[in-house]
Amino acid sequence: MNTALNAVRRGGLGLVAWLTGIVFFLPIAWMALTSFHSESDAATNPPSFTAALTLDGYREFFGVGGGASPWPALVNSAMASVFSTLLVLLLSFPAAYALSIRRVRKWTDVLFFFLSTKMLPAVAGLLPVYLFAKNAGMLDNIWLLVILYTSMNLPIAVWMMQSFLAEVPVAVIEAARVDGARLPTILARVVAPISLPGIAATALICFIFSWNELLFARVLTGVVAETAPVFLTGFITSQGLFLAKVCAASLVVSLPVLAAGFAAQDKLVQGLSLGAVK
Amino acid sequence: MTATASPRVAAATARPAPRPPSDRLRTWATRAPLLPALVFMIVVTQLPFVATVVISFFDWNALYPKDRHFTGIDNYRQVLTDPDLRHSVWTTALLTVTVVLVSLVLGLVVALLLNRRFRGRGVVRTLMIAPFLIVPVAAALLWKHVLYNPEYGLFNGLLHYVGGPQPDWISDTPLLAVEAALVWQWTPFMMLILLAGLQSRDQQQLEAARVDGASDWQIFRYLTLPHLRRYLELGALLGSIYIVQNFDAVFTITSGGLGTANLPYTVYQSFYQAHENGLASAAGVVVVIGSIVIATFALRVVSSLFREEVSRA
Repeated sequence: MNTALNAVRRGGLGLVAWLTGIVFFLPIAWMALTSFHSESDAATNPPSFTAALTLDGYREFFGVGGGASPWPALVNSAMASVFSTLLVLLLSFPAAYALSIRRVRKWTDVLFFFLSTKMLPAVAGLLPVYLFAKNAGMLDNIWLLVILYTSMNLPIAVWMMQSFLAEVPVAVIEAARVDGARLPTILARVVAPISLPGIAATALICFIFSWNELLFARVLTGVVAETAPVFLTGFITSQGLFLAKVCAASLVVSLPVLAAGFAAQDKLVQGLSLGAVK
Repeated sequence: MTATASPRVAAATARPAPRPPSDRLRTWATRAPLLPALVFMIVVTQLPFVATVVISFFDWNALYPKDRHFTGIDNYRQVLTDPDLRHSVWTTALLTVTVVLVSLVLGLVVALLLNRRFRGRGVVRTLMIAPFLIVPVAAALLWKHVLYNPEYGLFNGLLHYVGGPQPDWISDTPLLAVEAALVWQWTPFMMLILLAGLQSRDQQQLEAARVDGASDWQIFRYLTLPHLRRYLELGALLGSIYIVQNFDAVFTITSGGLGTANLPYTVYQSFYQAHENGLASAAGVVVVIGSIVIATFALRVVSSLFREEVSRA
């Protein structure tokens, strides 16, 4: 009797969990459905769930029928995200080695210095960066964003990497050193292969944060180096019937993040909590 | 780095028999891999902040560059007495506290639900994470146009079925509109952290409590909640750090209008649109001081979790 009651309760809570998940996912599902509707079907009240499907919203977004093409912005975002992620890995991997395997003195202080920079609001450094970029002729330049995104993600990467590298068995590294391997060789040939899953997760999370960034991109870029989130700000004011287009745009721009996030799902929490939670 | 290096060098020179050079060489060899990252961070994040502090003491409108002059703490006086800026401080606090608390409570409920074994748990977890993986601007656009729109938004569409009212969500409750969109994105974040906390509970202890006849509520109240305390703190503080800085949602959903302008938006506006460099910098410094207060607590929490990890390893 008691076990039957428990089974019912367990099933009921499972159902509640499902419902919660569906409620949270509903806006995204609705966005996806709307993106495949025609503009007139997308703007009905009550909503039309069974309207005919079309790719018009996507055609509109990609500027097939005239209008600005989002491709330059998407390419800029990809460049800023990929290059800053590579630079982050290049800087954080050796740093993590010095903070987890062959530790410098006061390594915890160094770790917390990195973390504290993450707590400095980006908006506080915005103006000097803008003035510097203006004088150096680097406004509207994708490489400026690469540098800024690197500084934004480096603390996260250092924290994540050091917690991944701390799991590398020291004996393997000692063996390599006894065989006469130098540091770059040890890093590339011994440490990197072992900690590859951790490095991949770090890369994915840095990619997500760079891809999402709006404030710096909005202030420091113009027509040339505009990124995808800046392109999306063009949809802030209503332009008549444009719901399907907005949905298509939001979905396309979010796809890389959704892909990266699901790929890094298991390590997501570790990255978001700066390695504090495993 | 220099701070840690100088006493060491001083000690080495003060000693009658200086350390063999190979020893010092080895110290630097240990430091070498760290230096590029450290130097990069100092140059890109610390120097601009120093510049911000300096600029904050000048009366400097970018449209009248010849008029630039030192004004002492005038900008700060203006920032702290300007009703708009004061209001934005209040908005920032309200926005941050509301979003963090609500998403923390919702995140805890969802984490407790997801911590149980049931069919399709992995799928539900994936569905739950998805809102966090929508680009923030895209998420804000989704809420603004697709859900909130008074004429053809989903909310009013669904209300239509039950013959409910047709409110203009953003105009009627602007701050709530921004908060709801942020809660939707941040609940998954809290859920992930708290789920990790739930899964790190001592299973033997839970088993022992159950054998001793503790009820589910007692286990939650006296074992789970104390264990989760630091995960709750971590979620709250990390969430605060991100949401205090939120720009995307305010910028997209209300463009800072209707009394929703928070500090980051105000700073952005005062220099990007009003070109008041000195004022913007002073406001920026105020934001930083506010963040330092939060960050001090945050660092303490992270550091206690971190020490636990280190001692466990």
